[in-house]
Amino acid sequence: MPALLEVEGLSKNFSGLRAVQDVSFAVPAGAIVALIGPNGAGKTTCFNMIAGVYRPDAGAVRLNGERIDGRRADQICRAGVGRTFQLVKPFAGLSVLDNVIVGALNASRTMAEARTQAEAMLDLLGLAPKRALPAASLTLAERKRLEVARALATRPRMLLLDEVMAGLRPTEIDQMVKLLRDLNSARGLTILLIEHVMRAVMALSLRVIVMHHGQVIAAGTPDEIARDPAVLECYLGEEAL
Amino acid sequence: MIGRLVEGTPRRGLVLLAVLLMAFLAAPLVANDYMLTVLILILYFSYTGQAWNIMMGFAGQLSLGHALYVGLGGYAAAALYFHFGIGPWLSLPLAVAVAAAAGAILGFLAFRFGVAGVYFAILTIAFAEFARVGFDHFTWVGGSAGLFLPVANYTRNDLWTLRGNPTMFYYVILAMTVAAFVLCHLLLRSRAGYCWQAIREDEEAARALGINTFRYKMYAVVLSAGMTAFAGVFFAFYYNNLFPEQVFSISRSIELILGPIIGGVGTLVGPIIGAFLITGLAESLREVMHALGVDVPGLKQVFYGLCLLAVVMFLPDGIWPPLSRALGLDRDSSRGQGT
Repeated sequence: MPALLEVEGLSKNFSGLRAVQDVSFAVPAGAIVALIGPNGAGKTTCFNMIAGVYRPDAGAVRLNGERIDGRRADQICRAGVGRTFQLVKPFAGLSVLDNVIVGALNASRTMAEARTQAEAMLDLLGLAPKRALPAASLTLAERKRLEVARALATRPRMLLLDEVMAGLRPTEIDQMVKLLRDLNSARGLTILLIEHVMRAVMALSLRVIVMHHGQVIAAGTPDEIARDPAVLECYLGEEAL
Repeated sequence: MIGRLVEGTPRRGLVLLAVLLMAFLAAPLVANDYMLTVLILILYFSYTGQAWNIMMGFAGQLSLGHALYVGLGGYAAAALYFHFGIGPWLSLPLAVAVAAAAGAILGFLAFRFGVAGVYFAILTIAFAEFARVGFDHFTWVGGSAGLFLPVANYTRNDLWTLRGNPTMFYYVILAMTVAAFVLCHLLLRSRAGYCWQAIREDEEAARALGINTFRYKMYAVVLSAGMTAFAGVFFAFYYNNLFPEQVFSISRSIELILGPIIGGVGTLVGPIIGAFLITGLAESLREVMHALGVDVPGLKQVFYGLCLLAVVMFLPDGIWPPLSRALGLDRDSSRGQGT
């Protein structure tokens, strides 16, 4: 499988703190890949460099072979990368539907087209009954779904999901897992997700990349990762082995 | 066209708007000259409030220096009339262009270099102050001694040169206010309207959804400045005099934003209700004081302050959002309703 997203030697310092050091990985087209690791491992910083929030200090990000690092976030979205935020960022004063319409404008020529696209996304994420409510009135689980609906409405080829399962109940996690798997198989959507919920990671991922202290310490299939001593050590501590 | 305009607006709202418009159209039949001047002032602040609202209410960029655009528009048109006899409608495009250019420069500096929030607001004050000091020394337009337009005897109304009696000015500013209302209504439902509101709510999220936030913020500033300049042209020809100390002063900028803040920032009806309340009440207060024979300088400012305090404390979203809910009209114009 050719890589849709390629990250090569990515590094970022924040005033002396090495948040990400020389990280390289690839996400094959049509795959679901998980990025895991303890808090502060540099996962979200990696995301933000891919999505154009931060400019990398070194390294390259390629989408379909084309360099996208250093571009602005809106340009990267238009290039086909959708993202969600770990701390959800709904447009609180706008209705749920209007939130998704904003995302749908990215790939729509007219307002009517954007509205149709947004309605479809609300149906898909089960938010249709809430369409007229202000986004501020949603529960956390609904806000997470809204993040996904809004990102999907931009019609990305590649979706970056930053902890969309966190704070969800087990049944809600299963629903989200099913939804992502459907999107992946039915539409060929490529997904890179940061996730702490291992149940979701194991169920979804073709490949898992483990980060610790800003570096990639392991990469492989979920089964391989679950047995990797370096991974166990960083999660559980040395004595656990 | 009409169908698209009213789509999604409740019938009750349409009836109310129609009644309001009829009342405004008929007002000169019953109002005396004094009442007419008060109504002109109300409509003037409705219009400028609407223009300011595009920047703050829609796109979330706080301008505390909108007097800059009133002044630039007014001076551009007045100077062309004074020196070359060019009528206001011919000079209007230039007046709008000058103010829009000033807005573009301010916007470019602020948005390119990440000046946001309070710092952006301070920058807008600084630009208006630059203009005030600059025009004080700009002798071609009279400097600090002011610029006066020749006042002819108003025997007949000349719409072309905007020379006439208050009734003519009333209908001009009414037309401008209606046009601004319709324009803002359409803008709010357009792509730009959605992008602005997204930027207002969360700029980083807006960017992540593919919105070029720099470009849309520039659109908001340029449009808002240009619209405000039109009000400046009206102001110059209505009052026939311009003084830098007055027209560019920060109190003018504040006066201009009181209406939308009291009425409801980001709403379409808010600026009009706010202008009505604040100007109407301030004028009545003056009349009452006058009748009582009391002369308290600065009373208007104190009154403005009290109104603002009351609204901020009790109705932080302004008067219109709760009022529209009470009237069952909140589908059309409440804050953030782009649909």
